Amino acid sequence: MNNASPFHNISPSDDLVTVTFDGIEYILPDGANLAASLLEAGLRYFRNTPVSGAPRGPFCMMGACYDCLVEIDGETRQACMTEVTSGLKIERAHRDKGLEND
Amino acid sequence: MTEVDLVIVGAGPAGMSAAVTAAEIGLSVLLLDEQPAAGGQIYRNVAKADETRGDILGKDYTYGLELVTAMRSASITHVTDATVWKIGEDGTVAYSVNGKASLVQGRKVILATGALERPVPIPGWTLPGVMTAGAAQILLKQSGLVAERAVICGSGPLIYLIAQQMIRAGKPPLAIIETQTKSDLLNAMRHLPHALRGWRYLMKGAKLLSEIKRAGVMRVTGAENLEIEGDTEVRAIAFTHRGQTTRIQCNLVLLHQGVVPNTQATRSLRLEHAWSSAQRCFHPITNEWGLSSLETVYVAGDGAGIGGAKAAEQAGAISALHVAFALGFITKADRDKRAAPILRLQSAELALRPFLDRAYPPSDQVLKPADDTVICRCEEVTAGDIRAYARLGCTGPNQAKAFGRSGMGPCQGRYCGLTVTELLSQETGTTPDAVGSYHIRPPLKPITLGELATLEQTLTDETKGLI
Amino acid sequence: MEADYAIIGGSIVGLSIAWGLLKRGRRVLVLDGDDGSFRASRGNFGLVWVQGKGLKQPAYARWTQKSAAAWADFSAELGESTGYNLALQQAGGYDFYFDEESLEQRVAEFETLKKELGGDYPFEVLRHNELKREEPNIGPRVAGAILHHQDGHLNPLRLLKSLADDVRRMGGTVKCGVPVKRISKRDLFEIEAEDGTIYAAPKFVLSAGLGAMDLGPQLGFSAPIRPQRGQVLITEKLPKMMNRPSGIIRQVDEGSVQIGDSKEEVGLDDRVTLETASAIAARAVAVYPDLAKAKLVRSWGALRIMSPDGFPIYQESSTTPGAFLVTCHSGITLAAAHARYLPAWLDGSDQAPNLEVFSEQRFAIS
Ligand SMILES: Cc1cc2nc3c(=O)[nH]c(=O)nc-3n(C[C@H](O)[C@H](O)[C@H](O)COP(=O)(O)OP(=O)(O)OC[C@H]3O[C@@H](n4cnc5c(N)ncnc54)[C@H](O)[C@@H]3O)c2cc1C
Ligand code: FES
Repeated sequence: MNNASPFHNISPSDDLVTVTFDGIEYILPDGANLAASLLEAGLRYFRNTPVSGAPRGPFCMMGACYDCLVEIDGETRQACMTEVTSGLKIERAHRDKGLEND
Repeated sequence: MTEVDLVIVGAGPAGMSAAVTAAEIGLSVLLLDEQPAAGGQIYRNVAKADETRGDILGKDYTYGLELVTAMRSASITHVTDATVWKIGEDGTVAYSVNGKASLVQGRKVILATGALERPVPIPGWTLPGVMTAGAAQILLKQSGLVAERAVICGSGPLIYLIAQQMIRAGKPPLAIIETQTKSDLLNAMRHLPHALRGWRYLMKGAKLLSEIKRAGVMRVTGAENLEIEGDTEVRAIAFTHRGQTTRIQCNLVLLHQGVVPNTQATRSLRLEHAWSSAQRCFHPITNEWGLSSLETVYVAGDGAGIGGAKAAEQAGAISALHVAFALGFITKADRDKRAAPILRLQSAELALRPFLDRAYPPSDQVLKPADDTVICRCEEVTAGDIRAYARLGCTGPNQAKAFGRSGMGPCQGRYCGLTVTELLSQETGTTPDAVGSYHIRPPLKPITLGELATLEQTLTDETKGLI
Repeated sequence: MEADYAIIGGSIVGLSIAWGLLKRGRRVLVLDGDDGSFRASRGNFGLVWVQGKGLKQPAYARWTQKSAAAWADFSAELGESTGYNLALQQAGGYDFYFDEESLEQRVAEFETLKKELGGDYPFEVLRHNELKREEPNIGPRVAGAILHHQDGHLNPLRLLKSLADDVRRMGGTVKCGVPVKRISKRDLFEIEAEDGTIYAAPKFVLSAGLGAMDLGPQLGFSAPIRPQRGQVLITEKLPKMMNRPSGIIRQVDEGSVQIGDSKEEVGLDDRVTLETASAIAARAVAVYPDLAKAKLVRSWGALRIMSPDGFPIYQESSTTPGAFLVTCHSGITLAAAHARYLPAWLDGSDQAPNLEVFSEQRFAIS
């Protein structure tokens, strides 16, 4: 996986917490926007489409496109409309579809 | 159920100024927005942005602080993280905060839900690493992130602004690939005399362009056949220019083809809408006060037609004045006296629009996507599918939706609706107005069944109370 | 264009009939309304449903069973020529009960009907634990269910698309976006569309759903139908969580869970209301508690086309022979019968099923 982030943070925060994404730990700024923080951490692809399993990542960052969907506690949520909190267990939405395609 | 004089949906410039105006007059105001802070898309996070961010984003951004501050001081209930998912004709509004649904009864409702970026269906636009230019700006405003090794593509003044901000942040885009042509600009020139009333913006545009030039960013206009490459994420973008194909390797592609009113809420209320051929989009029909075809509902700001942040702010105030008058808080004379100066400013503010609409039209490629281009991101329906449904007798988007599921996914047609209307209009040879648009029904945003189910008790209890 | 039949209304009922007529070698012209017309065919629940139908009219139960039995073959034929998979599944369906008493009451009614049908009514009662074995995700509040083995479901939108496709493929002419406003009879039936165009045919079938309320009386039909609203909710796509459909919840082949549906007498109003939507959501969550976390992505209201007794109307006009009114509520269930058996009746062939009980006369006040 390419974890070199395509984003640069001009005002990084040092109030950090740990979350997991598909079982892997990430240290993210507390209270920050989840989609932005995951992008900054080098993650690009947040979900698979339930139709073809194609990979998708945040597109609009304003809650309109639903391409940033992730699964938290069994509920699909828009990462761009969610705040980072300590201990979040995040999974790719429809990852089962992605696996079928691998 | 809580009752208030005015429910405002959307805390951008239109919503904030409506709230301030109404509250000053003495109306009880509930302002709902799904974001964690006031500001809308343009002034996103402005109250929390630090100085570095403020410097990069410029004065037009930090201006938003004034609005946010004014709002704080007034007696306004602003509920943040509130997703509005159903609006009733009678002014009841259902919204959820953190998975809990609530209902409020407004005597009047102002919808200030703003704009969306126009869909940009080109090959590869669904790949991770492709975002809208607006998304890049939100990342910068809200999270301080600047895209590195990004290419900006499309058409519209927003492209220059985001490029300038990236330059100031020390990460200039690799290239700016624009789709509008010289002849678009020539066509726009005839609106120039009128546009000169908006000279401040013209100056600003010129300044942006010279800053981009000084930074040495490659810039192409009249680009065609854009194609984003990559299998699981963006690797490059290719385009043709004067018959030559160019390929640029990059990390991110930022797309933009202008903005269009977000009509989800207004459609769900079945308000009357019309097609704007100048802006190539639908907008709800409103009078000069922003009053829609329904007596209880006003639409202010970009959601009623694209006019920009300042015009939106003015529209919010104007609608609020009319609400105050309609509810008997102020007299007609008072309303008109207060509105007159705002209306004058607004007309100057809108002077540049016709010029911009002409100079930066959406590209042919996005209005007539190739057959194999995905146009519905959620259900992965292609332009060719829609054309095939037209041959199967679909005269409008709703039958096309039934045939091919476009518009049925979680985005509920936000990023395919206009494309489907355009395609069917081309295929059937009728106007977009006659083709129409998707029926939009609640929930305006997905909510859990659990949330919806919990309302049952509330509703039955209240109905019982009434009997 | 020469046609033997003009068919007014090009949704499920009209297209099923057109398909069947084409199979009999007839030339058809289908005229359909515009994108915004009320279309039950777009808003329905996708059930091919036998249980509970015709409790007081065994002839309707039999007609429904005949259609259900014809479905497998009909769907295979449509699938073969169009390439669309209708996702037809006829492995039985449930009717859920939260209390024993109403379950028992229903069982008694079913037993009576079963006798009248000569025993052909294969249903069984599953108590909570038995049901749990079939449907592990069922919630504790469900007391039991009736499992009827003749029930099933399909993807109704793909059915609509396949019919639209196949009718054209077989040479039928289908005109969309031409709402009909007047019909008159000279030598032929003359059918005038809103845009002024006149279409003519020696016979015609009025299958315009709720549109028949206005058009029917022009040809001497009483067309005593009314709209009845059903609200339906649909979730995001979920991993498979139910094995069989029920009258109120089913998981569609694409993964979404569809939840229905109310029965409301509100006239021509197809809006969604919070009261009803939240009530049907609460009921669904009581049946399948896991649904509480599922995201509701869409909802809609659709209008059923109801006759006073809920049964179909098949009627040839007594004043202008050659004009037929066909209207029904369960157009998906009955599509197979409409495609396979109704055309013979329209043609006046000896093989025609006897549909007398479904004539309008039954509503005449004597
Ligand atoms: C909520 C709900 C759930 C349902 N669930 C099921 C189910 O599970 N199983 C089942 O078997 N059935 C079900 N049904 C019923 C089924 O959907 C209908 O029986 C069927 O769709 C009726 O088809 P139709 O063609 O007669 O009418 P519609 O689908 O309503 O179509 C009428 C057509 O006539 C056209 N039209 C109208 N006026 C004119 C005019 N003046 N000129 C030209 N064209 C005109 C319209 O444009 C339209 O295309 C359900 C219905 C509802 C509302
Ligand atoms: S990125 Fe579009 S909804 Fe989150």
